[in-house]
Amino acid sequence: MDKIDKQILDILKNDSRFSAKSIASMIGQTEDVVAQRVADMEESGVLVKYTTVVNSELTGDDYVVALIEVKVTPQSTHGFDNIAREIMAYNEVSSVYLMSGAYDLVVIVEGKSIKNVSSFISEKLSVMDNVISTATHFILKKYKSEGIVLDKENSKKREVMI
Amino acid sequence: MNQEKYLSKKVQSIKPSGIRKFFDVANMYKDIISLGVGEPDFDTPWNAREAAVKSIRKGFTQYTSNSGLLELRNKIAKYQKVRCGLDYDAQDEILVTVGASEAIDLALRALIDDGDEVIIPDPSYVSYMPCVVMAGGSPVAVKCELKDKFSLTPDNLRKAITPKSKVLILPYPNNPTGAIMTKKQLEEIAPIIIENDLVVISDEIYSELTYGGDHVSIASLEGMQERTILINGFSKAFAMTGWRVGYVCAPKPFTKAIYKIHQYGIMCAPTASQYCALEALSSNLNEDFKDVVEMRNQYDMRRRYLVQELNDMGLETFEPQGAFYVFPRVSSLGMTGEEFASELIEKKRVAVVPGDAFGESGKDFVRISYAYSIESLKKAMTKIREFVELKRIQK
Ligand SMILES: Cc1ncc(COP(=O)(O)O)c(C=O)c1O
Repeated sequence: MDKIDKQILDILKNDSRFSAKSIASMIGQTEDVVAQRVADMEESGVLVKYTTVVNSELTGDDYVVALIEVKVTPQSTHGFDNIAREIMAYNEVSSVYLMSGAYDLVVIVEGKSIKNVSSFISEKLSVMDNVISTATHFILKKYKSEGIVLDKENSKKREVMI
Repeated sequence: MNQEKYLSKKVQSIKPSGIRKFFDVANMYKDIISLGVGEPDFDTPWNAREAAVKSIRKGFTQYTSNSGLLELRNKIAKYQKVRCGLDYDAQDEILVTVGASEAIDLALRALIDDGDEVIIPDPSYVSYMPCVVMAGGSPVAVKCELKDKFSLTPDNLRKAITPKSKVLILPYPNNPTGAIMTKKQLEEIAPIIIENDLVVISDEIYSELTYGGDHVSIASLEGMQERTILINGFSKAFAMTGWRVGYVCAPKPFTKAIYKIHQYGIMCAPTASQYCALEALSSNLNEDFKDVVEMRNQYDMRRRYLVQELNDMGLETFEPQGAFYVFPRVSSLGMTGEEFASELIEKKRVAVVPGDAFGESGKDFVRISYAYSIESLKKAMTKIREFVELKRIQK
């Protein structure tokens, strides 16, 4: 990863639909160089996937997200890896992170309703062998997500002066 | 009562700002993508904001000295030394003002008697002309052309000079063209300035925003510092437009005269704002201008993108070397800048500024600001491209 790769990633992270030509103009490289770099990063797995950020507040679908703190018993040979892998296998789970601090894993779960998410926790997650305890926090409102401000009320207005 | 008739002739002679007028119309539409604003889209660096808050908490709520905080003037002196190689005495040769705007007004008022001519490159920032008129002077526009990269050429300068010429305003890096004056170009006009005994008001507010190489101040040229009033400020370099802090650097007799007007008309720049400016300048002097570099890199990326896009759609666009504007020529579509801008709003809801708002020479152009996120610029470029293609077909 050199400076050019990093510049390309910064642009794509913000908007993955910029063409190689546009990116090339922005960073002062040729289109071929950019296309090659992008292909290389796709190949090596640096660029995992091009996706979208959806403001689910506006889609009209029922949708809840919960952040669950999980305490687990680590296993002697694999530490936290095995249990984390088991948890992430569920479709309801969108992210799993190993944490420092008072608990071990953070599991982010998406579902259609609170009931839906609660039953996942009570029937699937908390009954897993090495899970000691869970604490569930439902997300009430998203102000900013993935670096994008969703709360437009707060956006400021610049006036055109003279 | 007809209040109009009480207004001074000078005020009556000043036309309303072209930008303002245009955007009053633009504001009637909903969902406009505006590329019209001439101020940074970044926020003031956090530590500088914090310093202002602290100063308020500590109860620094009184006036500062008329010239501004001495600490701030010391830092400005250091900054001018480091960035432009200029020596100014913080005691007598530097004055902190309410934005570069106040500095421009006062410099003109300090120098101009009725009938004195002030030479102004055209197109340029919209304040110079009315400020000259209010000071009693006569503005003389010098055409700056695309073929000269919008620089002020020795020939054009010479042609504008008359026995009444007293002041030359040198506004580089330029708003709206993005042109700069290189050291070589400045060296070509300096002898003419000296020969004709002109004083230069050098508006260097965009000095930190240059993309090809470092800004050169005309004051740094042999024999020029003694006849230059250098104006700069914090609005553009440190994203500090709302704080209203700028400054003047000039030989003592000039500074003293400007001080006189400032003292009676303004007292001092806002105190909390001066603390903010002090922190912005100190931390950037200590840390290789990291805030400035970060913003400049962003602007540079947008600048390159716009130039590429606009040229690609067939609008002749000079690659600007400074500030945060591009200035494409639209006359190839058989339209003036004003027609282009009006119709673009109406058809595509994108607002750009007609070039003639900045002077007669801008009439074939529009000004596009890139003090906007790359997302907004991309959206706007897609729409402008559609519009240009439509106009081509119609033509
Ligand atoms: C060329 C130029 N000079 C001066 C100013 C005013 O700056 P300030 O905010 O310091 O008054 C501007 C602002 O747009 C400008 O473009």
